[in-house]
Amino acid sequence: MLQKLKKGILNNFALYTFFPYAVFLVFVLVPFFIGGYYSLTEWNGVSRNIDFVGLRNYLEVFREDEGFIVSTVFTFKFTLAACVSVNLLGLFYAVMFHNSTRWNSALRVILVLPNVIGGIILGFVWRFIFAQALPAIGGIFENLSWFGQPDMAFYAILIVLVWQQAGYVMLIYIASMNSIDEQLFEAARIDGASSFRQFTDITLPLIVPAFTVSIFIVLAYSFKIFGLIFALTGGGPFGSTESLALNIYNEAFVYGNYGTGSAKAVIFFVFVAILSYLQVRFTQKREVSL
Amino acid sequence: MKPIHPSRLLFYFFTLLLAIVVLSPFYFVLTNSVKSYSEIILDAAALPKEVTLSNYQVGIEKVNFWQIFYNSILVTVLGIGGMVLFGSMAAWKLARVKSKVSMFMYSTYILAMIIPFQSIMIPLVVVSSKLQMLHPVGLGVIYWGFGMPLTIFLYRGYFNYVPRELDESGMLDGCNDFTLFWQILFPQLRTMTTTIVILQSLWVWNDFLLPLLILQHDRDYFTIPLGINSFFGVYKAQWDMALPILVLGMIPLIAAFLIAQKHIVRSIAASGLKG
Repeated sequence: MLQKLKKGILNNFALYTFFPYAVFLVFVLVPFFIGGYYSLTEWNGVSRNIDFVGLRNYLEVFREDEGFIVSTVFTFKFTLAACVSVNLLGLFYAVMFHNSTRWNSALRVILVLPNVIGGIILGFVWRFIFAQALPAIGGIFENLSWFGQPDMAFYAILIVLVWQQAGYVMLIYIASMNSIDEQLFEAARIDGASSFRQFTDITLPLIVPAFTVSIFIVLAYSFKIFGLIFALTGGGPFGSTESLALNIYNEAFVYGNYGTGSAKAVIFFVFVAILSYLQVRFTQKREVSL
Repeated sequence: MKPIHPSRLLFYFFTLLLAIVVLSPFYFVLTNSVKSYSEIILDAAALPKEVTLSNYQVGIEKVNFWQIFYNSILVTVLGIGGMVLFGSMAAWKLARVKSKVSMFMYSTYILAMIIPFQSIMIPLVVVSSKLQMLHPVGLGVIYWGFGMPLTIFLYRGYFNYVPRELDESGMLDGCNDFTLFWQILFPQLRTMTTTIVILQSLWVWNDFLLPLLILQHDRDYFTIPLGINSFFGVYKAQWDMALPILVLGMIPLIAAFLIAQKHIVRSIAASGLKG
């Protein structure tokens, strides 16, 4: 009887799993592999003939495409800056607000709020803040030209990203802090440890897994950043804030080079795959050593 | 009443200041959205001399707000509905059946989570256009494909906490596969379903690049992010018309956040711990 029932579950396996997998294949996996093929061709996306050119696109991207190099450097620099600043501020928030009083809960909600609004709307909102509101406030903000100089544009994007993400990583740190056994702190207090010592010697070592998670979340987000930059600076001035994601988009859909765009997309995939591999390695190591 | 310790007072003062700074962009956008153009340019920090809602009227008309609002709802409901419906059923079988095919499917779902969207988008446009999917309904279906890995991952993990005995006792009570799933198992997944609906809705509702590639050829298909973007393309610094649109674009999100605040905070915290 039970044998028969188990067989029933097996028989329906295809019925339940096939359709979503087919959709996933058609729109995700298959295009991903077609992209690999496109990267070996020259094609504008419209014309009937697709010319096979071998590895020429890749060579051109590395040798002649200065914009791509600028984008790569920008993306890595920005990702590093974002990881450090979002996590420092998020950790600071968590230390301030991890006790669940009413006041703290209200503040947590306020700090997380920017995170639910999408990159494109935030980009336009902050374009107004930088262009009109800050100069109107005056003082040190009076004569800053946020979008005219590469450095300033970089910081403008960083400020918005930190504003958007710090509350989010705060939640992860708080969840991690609140899972620490309260007895540890009691024991430390009896031994006369100051609250600073309690933080450095108990809290910090025990929230290391939260560090790893938060850093890689911010890393994944900022490395692939698109909408926020698209709306805020459009990649300017002079392409200085063009992220890799934006560079690939422009190559394919603004300049109509599907072949070169696909080669860049493959290189981008390799970067992301390496970062993901590091994440897995790093997370496993940490878990063992704890 | 207990006297408040001075350091406590300092804490309140400092954190209140922090809240004001964090919320200030919303404040500036909101107050300026009811000012005239010259007033905005003259002093964006000042309060409005008189409140004019005509900005909103003009903005709603120019961006065709009710149409793009409807499209956003359509794409989000269709997309998330399909993810939950098909994802939960598939995850059940993938969790219970440990065959080679099952493991292969699951591993490809997980591996695909690494692939950045930019490495798929160029051929995706070609494939979607060949399959006549360049419309909101098509976009909803495409989201099933992109949302399936995370949906399956979360549901399949959750099934480890749903005892297998529940499946078997349901079967013995005469349920068929379908009624067993929908009447007995699916209600058990409620917490996870809430998390999935929240995470995926935030993503789909806010998503910009995929809708841009699929829907940009027809203004009547625009979602809210697309409408706002095209508006800024045409009226570069027309802040008097643009700000009301930004406010209207944020209202659904802020409203949803304040209503379902507890669930949303829990979901995004949980997504971090699992990711």
